[in-house]
Amino acid sequence: MEIRKAAVAGTLESSDCMVTVEPGEGALQLELSSSVIRQYGVQIRRVISETLDRLEVREGRVTVVDKGALDCTIKARVECAVYRGSETEGKVPWGGVII
Amino acid sequence: MMFLNCQKPGLIRDPYVYAPDSVLLDLEDAVAQREKDAARFSLFHALREIDYRGVERVVRINGLDTAYWEEDVRCAVAGGCDSIRIPKTETAEDVRRVEQAVAEAEREFGIEPGRTLIMAALESARGVLNALEICSASPRLFGIALSGGDYTKDLQTGISGTGVELMGARQHMIIAARAAGVQCFDTVWTSLCDMEGFRRETEMIHAMGFDGKSVINPRQIPIVHEIFTPKAKEIDFAEKVVREIDEKRAQGIGVFTVDGKMIDIAFYDGAKRVLALARASGVYKGEL
Amino acid sequence: MRNAVGREIPDEILKLTGKEPFQGNLYKNGVPFRRYAPIVRPVMDNRHSKLVRDIREALEKCGAHSGMTVSFHHHFRDGDLIVCMVMEEIRKMGLKNITLAATSLGKAHDALVPMIEDGTITRIEASGVRGKIGEAISAGKLKGLAIMRSHGGRVRSLVTGETRVDIAFIGAPTSDDYGNLRGIGGKTDCGVLSYSYVDGDQAEHVVAITDCLVPFPNFPAHISMTKVDYVCVVDAIGIPEKIATGAAKPTTDQRKLMMAEYCTQVVVNTPYFKDGFSYQTGVGGASIASTISLTKIMKERGIKMGFGVGGLTKPMCDLLDSGMVRLLLDTQDFDLDAVASVRNPAHHRITASAYANPFNKGAFVNRLDYVILAALEVDVHFNCNVVVGSDGVITGAQGGHPDTAQGAKCTIVITPLLQGRIPAVCSDVTTVTTPGESIDVVVTDYGVAVNPNRHDLLDALCAAGTIPLKTIEELRDTAYAIAGEPQKVEFGDRVVGIIEARDGTIMDVVYQVKD
Repeated sequence: MEIRKAAVAGTLESSDCMVTVEPGEGALQLELSSSVIRQYGVQIRRVISETLDRLEVREGRVTVVDKGALDCTIKARVECAVYRGSETEGKVPWGGVII
Repeated sequence: MMFLNCQKPGLIRDPYVYAPDSVLLDLEDAVAQREKDAARFSLFHALREIDYRGVERVVRINGLDTAYWEEDVRCAVAGGCDSIRIPKTETAEDVRRVEQAVAEAEREFGIEPGRTLIMAALESARGVLNALEICSASPRLFGIALSGGDYTKDLQTGISGTGVELMGARQHMIIAARAAGVQCFDTVWTSLCDMEGFRRETEMIHAMGFDGKSVINPRQIPIVHEIFTPKAKEIDFAEKVVREIDEKRAQGIGVFTVDGKMIDIAFYDGAKRVLALARASGVYKGEL
Repeated sequence: MRNAVGREIPDEILKLTGKEPFQGNLYKNGVPFRRYAPIVRPVMDNRHSKLVRDIREALEKCGAHSGMTVSFHHHFRDGDLIVCMVMEEIRKMGLKNITLAATSLGKAHDALVPMIEDGTITRIEASGVRGKIGEAISAGKLKGLAIMRSHGGRVRSLVTGETRVDIAFIGAPTSDDYGNLRGIGGKTDCGVLSYSYVDGDQAEHVVAITDCLVPFPNFPAHISMTKVDYVCVVDAIGIPEKIATGAAKPTTDQRKLMMAEYCTQVVVNTPYFKDGFSYQTGVGGASIASTISLTKIMKERGIKMGFGVGGLTKPMCDLLDSGMVRLLLDTQDFDLDAVASVRNPAHHRITASAYANPFNKGAFVNRLDYVILAALEVDVHFNCNVVVGSDGVITGAQGGHPDTAQGAKCTIVITPLLQGRIPAVCSDVTTVTTPGESIDVVVTDYGVAVNPNRHDLLDALCAAGTIPLKTIEELRDTAYAIAGEPQKVEFGDRVVGIIEARDGTIMDVVYQVKD
């Protein structure tokens, strides 16, 4: 999927995370700040990268501000932001690329 | 049934801790219009990845008059929810439309056909009047629920706390549900500081025959369980009734007394139901 | 060298401090020592005045010098003004390398961080170092070591002479001109002066600081004039609103109420719950809710508490007022009602030594039946961490945790399984404060675990049937299943702090946090 415009998903409430995607050229850039960076930084990065990979997002900037969200919430927010940013319409491939 | 908002990650991660019987994951009223898409992603992952330990997951989709409901059904079924709750149900046709979308989604996502059940929320005068046809509209429809807030607005009145404005709806719905052989659930009580009022209302609908009640806060759960769980005396009596009827049936006797009450064969099913509910609640370990 | 809780204590730290590694709770039980006695300067001249103009004069008269050790109490909690007031004066005098032996440091002392950075303060000994001081120590800014002790351990370190206080500063809500001190009756009351009592006995110089001078004699004195060298009057010793909070209330959160109920069920189903039992609890909403539901059952069964002890709050004082407990033994007052209750004849002040000193002939903690405690982390060996956050930064205080945990017959730790995303029950705590052998029961919102070394409690609770019993490993597994297994925090190489056991051995060390 290609990020065509800037988009945001999620909030800064406790247990949530805010994901911002922006279009860009060149390699994908990921910026992460988290209230639990020391305990879960590696895992959060992995979940974000795997999700972006599945969605075949190769370019652009992704910024995540995490407030202790669980993996399922991080995935949901990243996917939502990418869908919004890619301006995709129509049915979502639940169980396919979204898993 | 405990209401939960998918858009509040802090609340959805371990609701089973409070031991509700089912949770309602809401895509409708709790979610702002511009977040409908976000709520679906949250719902899908919540259904797939969170351990609910046997608590039933009901998803409330958006109304059939919106552009959202069809994608809601796809998402919920793909996620593996246990049932779909239709808001503002007014006719049997509403139920059939959702049933068709659910069946298609089950096919699309490889879900066992028939696994996803449906419940209908009645929120208007027309919905309540059409209760019987709604209850009978689909083999997937397992129950109806009253949405008191919207219903009383449709009647052009409000929630008084006495229940008088809901009398007609409640009576009509329990009658229709029983006639069609489905379950009937009562509406939410929103005054969290008035637990006494909540208790009174729950006792009343229990006596009317309702199968359960919607709650909006974990604090309300123990009260519903306490009222709906058969008490020790009821269980003892039910056991006696079942044993006596079995025994007397063999002897060809049709009417007799148990603990001073006149009992005949008509009491059998009710007594068995009490024991089944008691077993499911974990308070009865017998074999009857 | 590995100690009895499996923690590696670097040899150079053992050499530097002359301490041994922790070898079990009863390692020093019955081992005699000679009590350290400080120098005393007799006051026989009846014309001698103890009043000084200001803190500077007090410091000069006490021979303040670089490298000295000064001490303070924390009865004024977040409203304390004394520590910063005195340290500022010391800094102005150009003195360096001070060892700050406060009973505890917190948010009220954030202003000391520049004094750590510029070398005025080079060593800290305290129960805890909350707030910016903790962050500064974890960042490696303190040149020497931070030693964290329990309340009982601190008394021990003064009484053995391991810590020798040059000047003790005692903030006193009221004092007369000869140094009779009381914790009530002034404009900045804190109720009791329990933590300072040992400083009165063991410090070389004792300076009382008050904002309310009263006529002589200020009796009955909580600390006697016979131990006080100088009295200094200042405008304000503390900020009343921050000392004692509004009444501590029970929680309304359903999850915490569930934990409170499990906690109550543990107490009432164990053999020590009979008339005359003793009890200590904390200030958390869940602890208070548990005390309230416990009281209901006490009434039903006609059981009264023999004594309640520790840091006191309104709910405990209510028990006294309603006759449900015979005596309260007070080491600290957390809210205004507790402060007011000090006047009640059945509400007794006890010193930190009588409360928890492991090196006397038997302290109150040894006679406790139940203690309810909190923790930052508990691991599958039942070790507790109360001092270092899971991010590696020093953030809490030992308080009376190890003292009461060891002494009580049934030690209950109450904690939500997850605090945000962070598992409170884990495989190995970041740093050990209280050893697993002291912890009997862990109550979480997901169930209750009993230490396998307590078959008696496990049998009693199984028989009761009202508590969801799990193994501690199951609780850890559930936490990790929900949140994921956390990474081990990365530390640097330098040891910045020591977690001292009650008996002075080393329970664990704290390393500098890596950036």
